[in-house]
Amino acid sequence: MSSVGTSGLVLNEKLIFEHSDPGRKGYSLPALDVPEAQLPTALVREEVAGFPELSEVDVVRHFTRLSTWNYGVDSGFYPLGSCTMKYNPKVNEAAARLAGFAGAHPLAPEHLSQGALELMFSLQQELAEVSGFPAVTLQPAAGAHGELTGMLIIRAWHEAQGNPRRKVLIPDTAHGTNPATAALCGYEVVSIPSDGVLSAERVAELMDENVAGLMVTNPNTLGLFESQIKEICEVVHAKGGLVYCDGANLNALMGIARPGDMGIDVMHFNLHKTFSTPHGGGGPGAGPVGVTAALEPFLPVPVVVREAGQYRLDSQRPQSIGRMRAFHGNFGILVRAYAYIRTLGGAGLKHASQMAVLNANYIRARLEGTYHLPYKQRSLHEVVFSERNLPNDCHTLDVAKRLIDYGYHPPTVYFPLVVKGAIMIEPTETESQEVLDEFCEAMLAIAAEARDNPELLHQAPVRTRVGRMDETAAARNPRLKWEG
Amino acid sequence: MRYIPHTQEDIQQMLETVGVGSLEELFEEIPKSVRLQRPLDLSAPLSEPELLRHLRSLADRNATPDSMPSFLGGGAYNHFIPAAVDQLISRSEFYTAYTPYQPEISQGTLQAIFEYQTLVCQLTGMDVANASMYDGASACAEAVLMAVRATRRKRVLISEALHPEYRETVATYCRYLDVELVPVPFDASGGTDMSALSSLLDKETAALVVGYPNFFGVVEDLAAQAEVAHGLGARLVAAVQEPIALGLLKSPGELGADIVAGEGQSFGIPVAFGGPYLGFFAARQKDLRTMPGRLVGETLDTRGQRGFVLTLATREQHIRREKATSNICSNEGLCALMATIYLSLMGKSGIREVAVQNFSKAEYAKRAIGALQGFSIPFAGATFNEFVVEAGVEAGAVLERLERQGILGGIALGGYFPEMSNRFLVCVTEQNSRQEIDALVAALAGGEK
Repeated sequence: MSSVGTSGLVLNEKLIFEHSDPGRKGYSLPALDVPEAQLPTALVREEVAGFPELSEVDVVRHFTRLSTWNYGVDSGFYPLGSCTMKYNPKVNEAAARLAGFAGAHPLAPEHLSQGALELMFSLQQELAEVSGFPAVTLQPAAGAHGELTGMLIIRAWHEAQGNPRRKVLIPDTAHGTNPATAALCGYEVVSIPSDGVLSAERVAELMDENVAGLMVTNPNTLGLFESQIKEICEVVHAKGGLVYCDGANLNALMGIARPGDMGIDVMHFNLHKTFSTPHGGGGPGAGPVGVTAALEPFLPVPVVVREAGQYRLDSQRPQSIGRMRAFHGNFGILVRAYAYIRTLGGAGLKHASQMAVLNANYIRARLEGTYHLPYKQRSLHEVVFSERNLPNDCHTLDVAKRLIDYGYHPPTVYFPLVVKGAIMIEPTETESQEVLDEFCEAMLAIAAEARDNPELLHQAPVRTRVGRMDETAAARNPRLKWEG
Repeated sequence: MRYIPHTQEDIQQMLETVGVGSLEELFEEIPKSVRLQRPLDLSAPLSEPELLRHLRSLADRNATPDSMPSFLGGGAYNHFIPAAVDQLISRSEFYTAYTPYQPEISQGTLQAIFEYQTLVCQLTGMDVANASMYDGASACAEAVLMAVRATRRKRVLISEALHPEYRETVATYCRYLDVELVPVPFDASGGTDMSALSSLLDKETAALVVGYPNFFGVVEDLAAQAEVAHGLGARLVAAVQEPIALGLLKSPGELGADIVAGEGQSFGIPVAFGGPYLGFFAARQKDLRTMPGRLVGETLDTRGQRGFVLTLATREQHIRREKATSNICSNEGLCALMATIYLSLMGKSGIREVAVQNFSKAEYAKRAIGALQGFSIPFAGATFNEFVVEAGVEAGAVLERLERQGILGGIALGGYFPEMSNRFLVCVTEQNSRQEIDALVAALAGGEK
């Protein structure tokens, strides 16, 4: 068995403030070429107390060292379930940095922004084709932001029908943002217990005229396709409700099935997941939303439209839910996603989904005899194991930490909540069989260690610059900034 | 397929291990009735050089400050970005990492966010800052929700001089919540009208929200506003659309603001047609537990070394679920890193110098334009790097004329304020040379003939 994890020289580094030395400068500006003006003294602050003073090399070395403490997709395998950590193509970065994109002002006249608007319009159409929804907004800045946009649209539609309704149905496997989003739209949440896959019957039992809609993730957070989705949508629609789909797991479906064709009414995309834009240590992402024709009038403003070969931003939409943020969306992320789609084309996207699903099933097949698999239905792009078979007081967290010693970013752990000690593995399509084999060998070796030498798990990670953190102390006595 | 490593042989071997005969079989749980029965109708794939040629042709159709001198601001600012910022954020250990859930291998992101939180506190004069939000407008909306939570009141006063897109975003967020949004007019200074404010504030008011500087570039009297708001138990929310101003202006914290929400784009982030940007968010210690978003805290590891973790997650959506009052999940980690690097490079003297340059150049332009026949400066209040100009004719026509002379002269205000059809907003940053400003003034003057 081979391990990619090893130890090497890692440099320590202080906080940026601890490097500061009065009088150092890391910038230069042209000399002021107009007379220096004076603000009324009452408005002026003395100085920005606490700001550091550093040379450029101090700053460069500081952040370069910090970067070496991070694990990214370019460092190695990152099988974080439901987060779709696929390789981020370098040409996408070059694309977003083109001067005509990076330097374009969002309030410049439309006829001087035609390239940006055309790109947005084209991306809207491409996302519509992939998802099966006729209309798409690119404005939301993240998945959860798209989710809020989608649910506001559902509520606005109900209001336009004369009754906002009171409740939203959410399966217990849902992402934590789903209930929070429903609450922000003024809805009560009714949780649906599921047995891996949601049954239309169970939805029918809970569905009534007070339910505004159902929020579903498909494939769901167990990596399973909601095989009754069409019937579920019919049940919800029959009572006048709408179906929202959390599109976090769209990477399994490109070119294979389209949420819009299943009867779903609204869905958000996570461009940073499915369409390969970097996650950036938590963001920026982008969370466009696709809707049916009936819901199009409710999209946030502005909407990019094409008229007589010219592109413009349409804000005159009386039924719109309003604006979700300033300006038009995370344009730089949209450029990257557009570049990705144009690189792969339709057949390439389908192939990506197929390989993502093949990779997940390959890991499943290799680990199934060793790790407990709580749901037996066929997996799509991710597979969820549980800690049930682990001996000697070894838990999911211990496996996760030990994987770090072997050189891997751990999978998603303890989610979804319906699986006790969940280990959710999503390899994505950009990993080779060789990488998956090495990872599986590490997982199998850890299972053996749990049996023969559990202390290795309990003490892991040992190869990292820092060990396990005291998170309880961090929460009990929060130190949220440097105070000298 | 250069992003996918599988050979035909690999695929065959893997299918065998999985125990299925074909790729199609992997998807058999998806009913035929919902399968797509045709190929996706998308353009044919492009090679890397073809793609770049296509994208360049699109990019070249957008105006930028390199192609046309620009005086556009309004919440998105053309500031100089030191080369080191892009070099450092391009290290893939930063940009290809996820949310730092595993602190042992995410200390780079975590420490940088801790430094970012510290810098935001220092700049705003506040006690605590979160790890960032989507943008200034959505941060402002979250500030309103937080004030409502913290005070358990439902009335929120919003200055009409706050950025119109921030106001619209707040309205969207509050659309279906039990929150009443009350506009507060501005006065001849261009600042929030204090007498109207006093009559609108009451004991049901959760918060007053003002821009600092506001949409007209005017520096609001936060101290006076804090005094009246606090007198009735309301929070003062300062929304900062141009944070370079904080290098020169008294901090909102020093003036009594309770929550500071703002846009961090000015700190090393390209204007990029409106995003991605960086919402920053800071508050008082007393409101820590009602703050939205993620926080990074300092702690020790098992070996007694300093380290950082995501903390206070019990406030967050994934624990409180339906009781949650914010659904924000991700932050703008890489943009926060850009701001951290920018502010570290600028440092104590640089943030001051760039602020002084912005202010001085804008004042130079303001005086020159105000002295032109046919133009005036309608608002009397002190401004930072943006100011409103009143033309004797429709502003759109003036701006089009400037555009024909190769200058993006400003933002017409008639679209936001119908009564201001003759007014436009001019922004001058350190990127505008005196020569450019003089050309703008000359072009405006030329139109008088």
